[in-house]
Amino acid sequence: MILNMGPQHPSTHGVLRLILEIDGETVVRMMPDIGFLHTGIEKTCEAKFYQQVVPLTDRIDYLCPMTNNLCYVLAVEKLLGLELPPKAQWLRVMMNELTRINSHLVWLGTHALDMGAMTVFLYCFREREDILRLFEAVSGQRMMTSYFRVGGVALEPPLDFFDRVRKFANRFPSKVDEYEGLLTGNPIWMMRTKGVAKLSAEDAIAIGASGPTLRGSGVDFDLRRDMPYTGYDNFKFIVPVGKDGDVFARYMCRVAELRESISIVSQALDGMPSGPIKANAPKVVLPDREKMKTEMEALIYHFKIITEGFAVPEGEVYQAVESPRGEMGYYIVSDGSAKPYRVHMRSACLANMQALPKMCEGYLLADVVAAIGSIDIVLGEIDR
Amino acid sequence: MELVPAVTDLEQLKGHPAIARLISWNPKSVEGVKFDRDEMTIYVERSAIREACALLRTDTNCPFSYLSDVTCVDWYPSEPRFEVIYHLLSMVNKERVRLKVRLSGESPTLESITSVWPGANYFEREVFDLFGVRFSGHPYLRRLLMPEDWKGHPLRKDYPVEGYR
Repeated sequence: MILNMGPQHPSTHGVLRLILEIDGETVVRMMPDIGFLHTGIEKTCEAKFYQQVVPLTDRIDYLCPMTNNLCYVLAVEKLLGLELPPKAQWLRVMMNELTRINSHLVWLGTHALDMGAMTVFLYCFREREDILRLFEAVSGQRMMTSYFRVGGVALEPPLDFFDRVRKFANRFPSKVDEYEGLLTGNPIWMMRTKGVAKLSAEDAIAIGASGPTLRGSGVDFDLRRDMPYTGYDNFKFIVPVGKDGDVFARYMCRVAELRESISIVSQALDGMPSGPIKANAPKVVLPDREKMKTEMEALIYHFKIITEGFAVPEGEVYQAVESPRGEMGYYIVSDGSAKPYRVHMRSACLANMQALPKMCEGYLLADVVAAIGSIDIVLGEIDR
Repeated sequence: MELVPAVTDLEQLKGHPAIARLISWNPKSVEGVKFDRDEMTIYVERSAIREACALLRTDTNCPFSYLSDVTCVDWYPSEPRFEVIYHLLSMVNKERVRLKVRLSGESPTLESITSVWPGANYFEREVFDLFGVRFSGHPYLRRLLMPEDWKGHPLRKDYPVEGYR
């Protein structure tokens, strides 16, 4: 029998349509159908100045806006050859890890909700609210933050911001214990997840899976550690690796990542350097408001950046970062003008989703829901 | 960090494991190289791309076992019009390499690499959908993001932004 699942199905986390061929309750063949959220962001980028693309990158993956901001600005900075002051880098690492926690909390809550554990959802969104308040304090926005800018970050964080982050970082590990107390040893949870939707390491690599989907299958690879960017080499953290490649292994990887991320946030707070938050590049970085209103030079640069953008030397770069879902990559081609000639986003989810048929074929229909949840799918990122 | 000019001299870059491997296999497969902003680009001859990928994937010194990305750039109106771009990653050596194939604007076709990496499937479908580049030997070359009955390929530079009316 051919069964159509989605696109409006609560467990597809967006608008994913799955065409399932089933024999009784067993899935024989599966074919994902995507494109329902396609907005042509890559085409839109070609008509914008480099700095105007930053808000677009938020909207690709609405659960980890700062990771996308980061990846894009890193790529443009690489094209320009810009060097960043240490404080900007540490701030970026800290915000990026808070974003990862935020994204993982939504994943954990909804994944558990799909499988019938409603309490976890409420607990996760309680802590997520704290993070969103932090985002609001620092950038004025809860979700579409656009906090990172080419050459630094938008604003100095407010005065009590680091204290608030510190309080959150101290409180959070006990909350992770709460989630784990509800799920990890829970016999119902284990029956739904252990040995379900298995993916072998070879298959995961061949298919291009990344992030916890890859690590859950036992491949020890994390871009933050192995190809460090924006100062991740200054931080100590463990990369959690699973063994079995099933839903439970991916769950354990992500929960362990929650703990590692909060430890990175604490390390960033402890060692936060002082100094400027923007690179010294007046032609690229907007001047401070104060300066713009008092200095002629700064006013001219401000006017030129806003009206004409800034020219980027010819060339091409591919920059990848470890997003909560895996390898998020931006490939940017510049023809020397103030607008990118081509922006391509390598979506981690698109590659991870290709593993879905491999994971689900041969398992029960109910396990499809578990498999979709376990790769933490975000359709905005797949369809772009 | 000052920008250094790109190196495009094949003689200087011969030592790179991926280039050395390709040249020792078939010197004609490498059309050119570029080392710019710490990133290595190899221009591969059109008909050699699948075998080049298969070779690099299983290389013993530096296996580029992971395919990160396949995408395309349209250089309309200049010729060769399309560049199909493959980003390969070596998880062992923590290194990336970019393979490029140049294609003419008239009926751009090249061999699919889905037999080397099954993960190339959706990436190639996306390139076909948005640029109209055809991949021969692809198991299921249909539109991925746009509707089935869509006319034209939206990421081409000569595509009218409002769509064909």
